Amino acid sequence: MFKVLEKEVVNDQVDSLVIDAPYIASHAQAGNFVVVRMHEKGERIPLTIADSDTARGTITLLFQKIGKSTEEFGTLKQGDLIRDIAGPLGHPTPIKKYGHCVLVGGGIGVATLYPILKALKQKKNKVTVILGARSHDLIVWEDKFRELASDILVITDDGSSGIKGVVTMPLKEVIESSAVKIAMAVGPVRMMQAVAELTRPYKLQTLVSLNPVMVEGTGMCGACRVHIAGKTKFACIEGPEFNAHDVDFEELINRQGFYREEEAESMEKYKKKCKGKCKNKGSKDPRGQGVK
Amino acid sequence: MRTRDPKKRAKNFLEVSLGITETQAVKEAKRCLQCKRPKCVEGCPVEIDIPRFISMIREKDYTGGLQVIREYNLLPAICGRVCPQENQCQGGCILGKKKTPIAIGALERFLADYEAAYGDAEAPVKAKPNGHKVAVIGSGPAGLTVASDLAKLGYEITIFEALHEPGGVLVYGIPEFRLPKKIIQGEIEYVKSLGVEIKVNWVVGRTETIDELFEEGYEAAFIGTGAGAPRYMSIPGENLNNVYFASEFLTRVNLMKADRFPEYDTPVKKATNVAVIGGGNVAMDAARTALRLGAKNVYIVYRRSEYELPSRQEEVEHAKEEGIKFKYLTSPKEIVSDEKGYVKAMICDRMVLCEPDPSGRRRPECSGDEFTMKVDQVIMAIGQASNPILTHSVKGLNLWGGGYIEVDENGATNLPGIFAGGDIATGAATVISAMGAGKRAARAIDSYIKSLKVSLRKKRKPSAAK
Repeated sequence: MFKVLEKEVVNDQVDSLVIDAPYIASHAQAGNFVVVRMHEKGERIPLTIADSDTARGTITLLFQKIGKSTEEFGTLKQGDLIRDIAGPLGHPTPIKKYGHCVLVGGGIGVATLYPILKALKQKKNKVTVILGARSHDLIVWEDKFRELASDILVITDDGSSGIKGVVTMPLKEVIESSAVKIAMAVGPVRMMQAVAELTRPYKLQTLVSLNPVMVEGTGMCGACRVHIAGKTKFACIEGPEFNAHDVDFEELINRQGFYREEEAESMEKYKKKCKGKCKNKGSKDPRGQGVK
Repeated sequence: MRTRDPKKRAKNFLEVSLGITETQAVKEAKRCLQCKRPKCVEGCPVEIDIPRFISMIREKDYTGGLQVIREYNLLPAICGRVCPQENQCQGGCILGKKKTPIAIGALERFLADYEAAYGDAEAPVKAKPNGHKVAVIGSGPAGLTVASDLAKLGYEITIFEALHEPGGVLVYGIPEFRLPKKIIQGEIEYVKSLGVEIKVNWVVGRTETIDELFEEGYEAAFIGTGAGAPRYMSIPGENLNNVYFASEFLTRVNLMKADRFPEYDTPVKKATNVAVIGGGNVAMDAARTALRLGAKNVYIVYRRSEYELPSRQEEVEHAKEEGIKFKYLTSPKEIVSDEKGYVKAMICDRMVLCEPDPSGRRRPECSGDEFTMKVDQVIMAIGQASNPILTHSVKGLNLWGGGYIEVDENGATNLPGIFAGGDIATGAATVISAMGAGKRAARAIDSYIKSLKVSLRKKRKPSAAK
């Protein structure tokens, strides 16, 4: 059992939890995730470790409530117990002194990028951060990123914060005006795909963190398989980060939607059970963002 | 062996085999010739004194009979159900030469079930602690055996399990209708009653490394992490929706209880026409699970002939009774997508058998003829490979083949204090052979720790594993 020490409602759709998990905290590296099962009947869902504190023995999970499991996860309060958390899982992000790096975060993708930013700054990289969302309310952790980033650019679909547009616009400018060594993009699949297509002609090394459906998360089932440069790879143990230019994004999108009907059924049943007390504004991305 | 009605059982997950009655057991035991040089014992991977426990059944001393088995085999209720007896003990039985061999598996199961139902609860005597700690990684048959054998000698044992439930392949792999979960829980409770601690959600290699376990005072570690990684064919269409690897399909149902979705949150896709690729136990399990989830037609697609099927004979018989259709000499070459990215058909090669390969089985080759099967779900059950999470985290550990751990006959690896056994050392095999490896490793770990001199023990640093 794992105890929730702090709970914060970040915005309408996103919550964060600080959880007592000393072994996971002391082994977590940028890019890692955990598999969480809230209770006996729950599913195993992968969530990015958005932050960790070795001294305090805690990890922070930042998640968007886009389905039954994450909605239910959002009902957790300080002092509540989570049945199962396993991790840290996945390959850590390759961190070194690159020079100028660009991080592109869409929506809840910032959960993955925050520890990467921290680690890159420790290695004295110059890091430009581009945060995108549909609107101002949905930009997550802007202050925390502002504190560490060398530059930060905010962009929204509706222009309610920062520039109006999509993340590839400022990214293109940054690449063309500066000697960028690596780009990392985490967010909705279409956003990561757009970033991959943008950076491809520049031959800029670009990493994306993929979020396929997972079951056990330790390489045993193959639910999370993706085609990378024509070869089947398991995102849980061979990823979740891959070279963006090698990813078969269309296959990933297809596989992410495999359980859409069941997810809707599960959500419907849950809503009935909690009689409107649980709200779901929902995102279009079936697995949501941040949910790997 | 009594079984449930095939038509009814194909719609539920209740155990198919009902075991034998006491009268049947005694009658069967009386058929045993009590051979002086019993072939059955030779055929058993852990060399259970089979004639002795059978003679105790004749005398209706069931507690005594079970004790005999327990001396060799920690999990009789499980092995009685899942061992491939026809290739092991029963395969050697002299009576089998002329007619039916003794139903040794059924007798083993009878003893375990009888004791569970009527016997006095076995009150295991906790051994006096000897002050030494051993870490066991993985809670499948190998790990449980090492843990209980060492606990009986007084060792303080912690089992580290990556999943949220102990039992390994017994829990995520073998379906309820073949091995009920309550049987496994009973056996795990027995292991715990010996004083063994089980830590779940503990991914050794990630949550904590083996080096760190040594730093915490464990003097030896046993790796029994199994062969959990699925193999696949790398044919076009393998990543379409509704292509499952058997391990995912079975994990969803067995571990996550997806058959009870939406009561349980994990879903599994139900299909109408299902092709299961492979001819082993896992293929039979997946096919019969798909049937129970409501499929109309389920096909076992196997590239050799019926004669070469590696599955337990009983599983093949049960599958046939339930209406599973067998397509022999058939090998898939492409899975075809509908316009939405879901399986709609599978193109297969017809095979012919040629001269035997190194495994002794006749090698299949394409005949040049192909045909299409209309299916909406494909389940790959063509074997398991090793999982790299733990093995790659231990620097300097010698591996062989596709990443299996190299061990000597006692389960010792090339690194001091680190032992391994079961599928992670041999490649995918059976429950009983994993238990046999566990037994040998437990003995080796005991003598290893005894051989450590006090001074040496103090000096032993985890860096020895680097």
